[in-house]
Amino acid sequence: MLLKELNLRGLSCPIPVLQVKKGLKDNPEGLIVYVDNIAACENITRFSQTTGYNVDTKEKDKEWILKISK
Amino acid sequence: MNNGRFFTKDRTSLILGGFIIGIISVVLVLLGNPKNMGFCIACFIRDISGSLYLHNASPVQYIRPEILGLVIGSFIISIFSGEFKSYGGSSPILRYFISAMVMIGALAFLGCPFRMILRLSAGDLNALIGFVGFILGISVGCFFLNKGFNLGRYHEQNVLNGCTLPLVNIVLLALAVFLPTLFISSASGPGSMHAPIIYSLLAGLLVGIISQKTRLCMAGGIRDIVLIKDSTLISGFIAIFVSSLIMNLATGNFKLGFSGQPVAHTAWFWNLMGMFIVGLGSALLGGCPLRQLILAGTGNSDSAISVLGMLTGAAFAHNFGLAGVAGTDYGLNMKGKIVVVFSALILLIIGFVVTFVKTEKK
Repeated sequence: MLLKELNLRGLSCPIPVLQVKKGLKDNPEGLIVYVDNIAACENITRFSQTTGYNVDTKEKDKEWILKISK
Repeated sequence: MNNGRFFTKDRTSLILGGFIIGIISVVLVLLGNPKNMGFCIACFIRDISGSLYLHNASPVQYIRPEILGLVIGSFIISIFSGEFKSYGGSSPILRYFISAMVMIGALAFLGCPFRMILRLSAGDLNALIGFVGFILGISVGCFFLNKGFNLGRYHEQNVLNGCTLPLVNIVLLALAVFLPTLFISSASGPGSMHAPIIYSLLAGLLVGIISQKTRLCMAGGIRDIVLIKDSTLISGFIAIFVSSLIMNLATGNFKLGFSGQPVAHTAWFWNLMGMFIVGLGSALLGGCPLRQLILAGTGNSDSAISVLGMLTGAAFAHNFGLAGVAGTDYGLNMKGKIVVVFSALILLIIGFVVTFVKTEKK
């Protein structure tokens, strides 16, 4: 299944994790998220995992792609 | 997945880091810092502001190596860990003024969130009132965040933007060591009370490194509970409280009560309002004063602007007699009371306008 993509580059905490929270409410099957700061990556990972999602993270040049799925 | 484990890697490092920071904070007092002021970002930035001739309150002027160490420690560790990145441009002028008001609120209460914890751990119940105000302020900030408050996207910048504040701190440190007479140093009062420079600097460096690695943030802990029901970040806050409480009990520095507390006043309403401003402003900025210093060390020029805002706020607070008056039951002079009320109102207006008046292109 194609997951909805969220571009959260350039956003400081806590905006990225809030956007993911809202995104997962609208798309409970999961999301693909792009962030460019490590704190946002960690917060989103923690939030997604504690709400029952798996997170697969890939990093390249200080940008992170997070696949959040059930 | 963490499979619902309580002691995750993030939480464990925050608890360990917080525990060490609490111990360092009490040791700094034993080495000469003012009581319950092993660390205080607001008080120390105020002291630096005075030492740089930006305000003329003679009891609170000293170039605090702890603050310089925090920024430099965060700068060094972020370079070594590959996390340093020069970025900014997210509403810098708003951040500047919000930070100045955060500083005015903190100086009305006589402490930042960090010192609030240290005061609590020494039995100062005025800090409990401040804590209520802090939670209220963060809760209002979370209301705006939930409704879409966003200061806008940052952008990658020329590396000099990210290096400027850390380099200024390195230069200030070198001058403080080799040409200390350049700066004003209080002859009496809190500014005259300080640990030897080497210990203050080492403490600042260590706390800077720990805070950068753990993402410790006093406001973020409460914000995360309200917004996403996550108690990870507040673990650091609690660990600082517990370890400094143990240290205070062990060293006879614990005294439960409202009156007679060191560098504090008993005007509950102004303690509450001061920390309400700090909580609301910190939620809008995305981090407490400590977090702003740490982020500035990692190349975030928006946070560097926030630090300058705090420096300016401290200068205004003391030049215009707005700061809390320690040892009194009235807390603030009339000018201070007026400015604190207006600062709260202005922060609410900023929150409302940024949240509900959209100007972004479709």
